[in-house]
Amino acid sequence: MMVALDFVPLWTLILGFGVFMYVLMDGFDLGVGILFRRAPGDAARDLMMNSVAPIWDGNETWLVLGGVALLAAFPLAFSIILPALYFPILVMLMALIFRGIAFELRFKAAPSSRHRWDAAFHYGSLVATLAQGFVLGAFVQGFRVEGRFFAGGSFDWLTPFSVLTAISLVLGYGLLGATWLIMKTEGMLQDWARSQARWLLMSVMLSMAIISLWTPFLQPKIMERWFSWPNIALLSPVPIVTVWLALTLWRAIDRRSEFLPFMGAIALFTMGYLGLAISLWPNIVPHSISLWDAAAAPRSQAFLIVGTLFLLPVIVGYTAWSYWVFRGKVRAEGGYH
Amino acid sequence: MTLDPVILSRLQFFWVVSFHILLPAFTVGLACYIAVLEGLYLNTKDHAYFRISVFWTKIFAISFGLGVVSGIVMPFQFGTNWSRFSDTAANVIGPLMAYEGLTAFFLEASFLGVLLFGRKLVPPWAHFFAAAMVAVGTLFSSFWILALNSWMQTPAGYELIDGRFHALDWTAVIFNPSFPYRLAHVITAFLVTTGFVVIAVAAYHLRRGRALAECRNMLSMTLWLLTALVPLQILLGDLHGLNTFHHQPAKLAAMEGHWETQAGAPLILFGWPDQQAEVTRWAVELPYLGSLILTHEMNGTVRGLKEWRREDRPPAAIIFWSFRIMVGIGLLMLLVVATANWLRWKGRLYHTAWFLRICEACLPLGFAAVIAGWVTTEVGRQPWVIYGLMRTSDAVTPSLTGADVLASLIVYVAVYLVVYPVTLYYMVVLVRAGPVDEEETDRPIEGLQRPLPARAAAGVPAAVEARP
Repeated sequence: MMVALDFVPLWTLILGFGVFMYVLMDGFDLGVGILFRRAPGDAARDLMMNSVAPIWDGNETWLVLGGVALLAAFPLAFSIILPALYFPILVMLMALIFRGIAFELRFKAAPSSRHRWDAAFHYGSLVATLAQGFVLGAFVQGFRVEGRFFAGGSFDWLTPFSVLTAISLVLGYGLLGATWLIMKTEGMLQDWARSQARWLLMSVMLSMAIISLWTPFLQPKIMERWFSWPNIALLSPVPIVTVWLALTLWRAIDRRSEFLPFMGAIALFTMGYLGLAISLWPNIVPHSISLWDAAAAPRSQAFLIVGTLFLLPVIVGYTAWSYWVFRGKVRAEGGYH
Repeated sequence: MTLDPVILSRLQFFWVVSFHILLPAFTVGLACYIAVLEGLYLNTKDHAYFRISVFWTKIFAISFGLGVVSGIVMPFQFGTNWSRFSDTAANVIGPLMAYEGLTAFFLEASFLGVLLFGRKLVPPWAHFFAAAMVAVGTLFSSFWILALNSWMQTPAGYELIDGRFHALDWTAVIFNPSFPYRLAHVITAFLVTTGFVVIAVAAYHLRRGRALAECRNMLSMTLWLLTALVPLQILLGDLHGLNTFHHQPAKLAAMEGHWETQAGAPLILFGWPDQQAEVTRWAVELPYLGSLILTHEMNGTVRGLKEWRREDRPPAAIIFWSFRIMVGIGLLMLLVVATANWLRWKGRLYHTAWFLRICEACLPLGFAAVIAGWVTTEVGRQPWVIYGLMRTSDAVTPSLTGADVLASLIVYVAVYLVVYPVTLYYMVVLVRAGPVDEEETDRPIEGLQRPLPARAAAGVPAAVEARP
């Protein structure tokens, strides 16, 4: 009765899209939180928070979508990866709670206790990002699997490589946040965001370079993927385009572009994401279980795809609408608080 | 003593879901209320509706924010602590959870921004539309989560292949036998819970002679709603119970405290079910009434817990008492609603101080009933995670050690014990401030103020300022 349709490629795209949307969108609002404590003054902090207050909630929803899409489309990966990342996930969730409530409570707090919510927002954002960076590092390194279950230890995720990815992600989200602020603010705060974006861009390029050189040594298959012939020629545009994008981004900051730096930061993330996908393809549980082996039953994937193909464009549509409503520079009199 | 990851994971799930459910129990109803208020304001241009809506929207924003972040915790529990369950049942439960995210979360989250921040940025109808979409989102969310939960209680529409569940018929999966009853019962519970919060807040201000027009409106409107919903809820609860009697008889036996299968079973009002001795001690019972309620016959047969092997029985004492707490609260609510209508008929609804005090005291009742009901149905499902098919002890993540779960449980307990009281404190501050005055609402964007640095420097606490 079942049509022999392979939904795996489509689900791979949808999951990849969902995770990427999360990384970009929560990336910039986490980045705003990471830069929050360094900001020049309380007025600047008010503006920074207001620039993301109406949309952070929608941004974070992509995390839920990533999680449940993994469960629904690739359940074997879900039930191996999440136990392997037990503590980073725990820490991430708790940090997101603190920063989430800080959005509401900071503006409602008496001035004397507001610094506590500043701290909750900043450290919540920072710790959540570090935890996601550890998740990323552990994911690239791969998981020990026996049968259908994770067979490693509860602290396998903590390695020098994952420490590097954690720090890199903080820098990367910081860059997204700084370029977002260039787009959304003006005057002194915008100048400050530009100066942050400069050093963040340099650090991000440095850490991307180290990670790119380190990753092939983690796993022979990755080495082969990038450096065997003809792959090395076919894939050479990836690093070249990345470097070109970084230079363009640098010039855009120098030329005081408002919009281009944020787009440039997004493009840089896209290249990083692409590089990661090339390294790990076709595995969803690196380096042992492929997308096809982890896939849910075709009937389940089919049932969900019908709704998803209809709903995802709708979601993108009204997400875009809410961004449109809050377009333009964020100003002091905005906000419902 | 060895630490059991199963027990600890269950405790952890109980902890995070109990705290999480408090928020939907409040926000589902409140979102609907705000949508209705915005609709009434749009149609009548009566500013009282506007002020009430603004007042509740502030409180909604805080509770919804906490609802989102405590809700994100939930799907991750399925993976971190119950991975064997996820692996076994994902073909069925995965799409249901994904549909919740797709249909509900994005709807809520995107339109919430417009509801909270967009009153001056979009036309009035669009603002009302956003309010309505947030409400619809919360209802969609309840729909899918309860479909999933009901499927775990009364699984249907599946087949087992190599020990793993596969969906055969999605309509049967979603509309499984207990789903319609559970959905109706839970949504009504959420609306009633919110209703009792609204009348408590209205009573608080009425007793102090403040914001009279708004609070009378809140009290009156909500009491009409409760007059319809509380009796309906008792009826729905009864129907849900009969459904349980047919599909989960062991749970029902525990709720009733019955150990022996018998014709003409009594209704046990109170007692203490003793799992070891297989009796309900100190039982206060009414003869024949148990059979009459459950089978609609004096001598109908009601099955007792002894029909199941010891290892297949749910822990009766917890269920017996959580059920009685829920029912007791329901009857208490009925009494409050009846009293209110009597006072309304006498024309004394807004002026009877003792009644307003009772309304205030009733604020937490709905939440307590929701938790008690949730405990009844979830503990009643034990020892199964998927009723009759998969044991809870087989569902836990194999790689987890007891120490891992103990550590995470301590973190969850510590964080929630900080976050919930702090959030509650800020909600209480807002509630005490009450609906804002007319001149306040003329200020930009919903008439509320952000503590700008200048204000902050002047040392004026926002809460004091909102209500001169």
